[in-house]
Amino acid sequence: MSNNTIISLKDIVVDFDGEVILPGLSLDIHDKEFVTFLGPSGCGKTTTLRVIAGFIEPKSGSVFFDGKDITHLPPYKRAVNTVFQKYALFPHLNVFENVAFGLRLQKLPELEIRSRVLSMIELVGLKGFERRNTTSMSGGQQQRVAIARALVNQPKVLLLDEPLGALDLKLRKEMQTELKRIQQTTGITFIYVTHDQEEALTMSDTVVVMSKGYIQQIGTPEDIYNEPTNSFVADFIGESNILDGIMHRDFVVEFAGREFTCVDRGFDKQELVNVVVRPEDIEVVPAIQGQLTGVVKSVVFKGVHFEMRVEQAGYEWIIHSTRASQPGELIGMNIGPEEIHIMHRMEEN
Amino acid sequence: MKAKIAAAPYLVWMVLFILVPLGVVVYFAFTTADGAFTLDNITEFAAYLPVFVRSLLFAVAATVICLVIAYPFSFMLSRMRLNHQRTVQMLVMLPMWMNFLLRTYAWMTLLENNGLINKFLALFGLGPLQMINTGGAVVLGMVYNYLPYMILPLYTVMVKIDQSVVEAAQDLGCNTLQMTAKVLMPLSVPGIVAGITMVFVPSVSTFIISRMLGGGNNLMMGDLIEMQFLGNSLNYNLGSAMSLVLMVVVLICMSITHVLGNEDVEEVM
Ligand SMILES: Nc1ncnc2c1ncn2[C@@H]1O[C@H](COP(=O)(O)OP(=O)(O)O)[C@@H](O)[C@H]1O
Ligand SMILES: [Mg+2]
Repeated sequence: MSNNTIISLKDIVVDFDGEVILPGLSLDIHDKEFVTFLGPSGCGKTTTLRVIAGFIEPKSGSVFFDGKDITHLPPYKRAVNTVFQKYALFPHLNVFENVAFGLRLQKLPELEIRSRVLSMIELVGLKGFERRNTTSMSGGQQQRVAIARALVNQPKVLLLDEPLGALDLKLRKEMQTELKRIQQTTGITFIYVTHDQEEALTMSDTVVVMSKGYIQQIGTPEDIYNEPTNSFVADFIGESNILDGIMHRDFVVEFAGREFTCVDRGFDKQELVNVVVRPEDIEVVPAIQGQLTGVVKSVVFKGVHFEMRVEQAGYEWIIHSTRASQPGELIGMNIGPEEIHIMHRMEEN
Repeated sequence: MKAKIAAAPYLVWMVLFILVPLGVVVYFAFTTADGAFTLDNITEFAAYLPVFVRSLLFAVAATVICLVIAYPFSFMLSRMRLNHQRTVQMLVMLPMWMNFLLRTYAWMTLLENNGLINKFLALFGLGPLQMINTGGAVVLGMVYNYLPYMILPLYTVMVKIDQSVVEAAQDLGCNTLQMTAKVLMPLSVPGIVAGITMVFVPSVSTFIISRMLGGGNNLMMGDLIEMQFLGNSLNYNLGSAMSLVLMVVVLICMSITHVLGNEDVEEVM
């Protein structure tokens, strides 16, 4: 455990009625970091968050906070606060009292409560809404109240469970920027849950990719995007071409019916591997100059680029290109050694 | 217009079975046996003040005990899984399908001086305890009979309280007691008011239970009123006056409860 680890999960096992949800999850989270749990719906992100918050006691394993074992501590004794997926505001209290809730429990002097609550309400952009009834507010406003209500307690760690899931695209983008700004100004550790890979990549310092209760990869957004450790991560992080291949020897891999030079080594001889090529990393050239040739099936304009489906030896490639080809046209495709990502073939899990 | 026509049968019903009887009660309460106007029936009521006070005390006790039992029970019920909720709800309602007299007889056989409980205690060389024919037995009988009427309205409001709101309170530093006081109570006021009403009203006017479990020394207003109409003291005018006073007091109590509750409770009842 490095010395700036604030939360440490050790072999956490959670099951519901015998169905194992987390089969032994271990993870260290560093202080002042923006960490995102990313994965498809049902993979155990919320469950992990609830273990940290104290709402689920794991069947086995331990939770450490600042080096202290808090596995059996009830939620109200933990120095973490949560922004719930559905806001979970108190319907009988107005905006001010919702935000003041935690501070009142700490029995702080009224003057301090007032100033801290008001400045927090201002921080989330709700100045003037103090006396408003929360049930009459829009989703975005309620979300801001929920964030203020958690942040005002100055927790060491803030847990956010898909906080922007219910907002429309424009508001979501705004709130993403705002949350990132708040995280940077307050220096509070954020543990953020989302199933939206774009959100995860733009906001986080560290992304934890999960699938079926297992951590698939931990890394910076760049690592995750450029060096996915397996085909699940590659596929989940963005549309990718994933092909079966054989690693003949270091730096030489065969897929799509021919050998390619790559930059990977250290695989077993003749190991069966997955090869991942990003759609934007394929160069479209005249058929005669291509390493591979294929027939264009469809072309769709996507705003910045064209998305083309190209059939080559029974495999349908996705290619992003700024130049459109015609459907039915025979084109060539070139893939540079740097653009070929090789990973051990995934077992069923 | 349509709504008015649809409401017509209800209005006829109201007039026939609520307003007319009420008018009759008022008429009898303010007349002598010969039909002359008098206030004597109302003033005579003063003689029965101890019974009246006892009725109020027993009813308040039963209501408070029901609330104390039903509140945590309803909350736990509302947090159970849906299929478990249905099962427990059935168990709560089940005794209500059994005849009220039978249920109370069952308690008599349990509480009697040589009843089941005392026989059981005797096995350990304890007792016998005097349980039947006490005020406690009357309150017990009322709690037993009216508890479902407290549980159901409480459950109805509590099941609507989102678990994430409860968790938010705990997350912000509430232990169970603080969570109850600061979140659960304020959000369940309509259920509390409805439950209090539905237990207090039948309790304060109860009869039979008090006679069967309380013996002759724990009579309540309901018993006195019944005697004026069906018993040997037969005095419709006094009985009506007693009913009227009881009704007014109940109405006052309920108005106070509603004002304190300060919420719309109709939807729960
Ligand atoms: N209280 C619960 N009882 C039973 N199963 C649950 C419960 N909570 C979550 N699950 C199951 O655990 C799995 C993971 O859920 P969750 O952690 O909420 O996933 P995510 O947040 O990644 O979408 C899901 O299959 C879900 O059905
Ligand atoms: Mg979730």
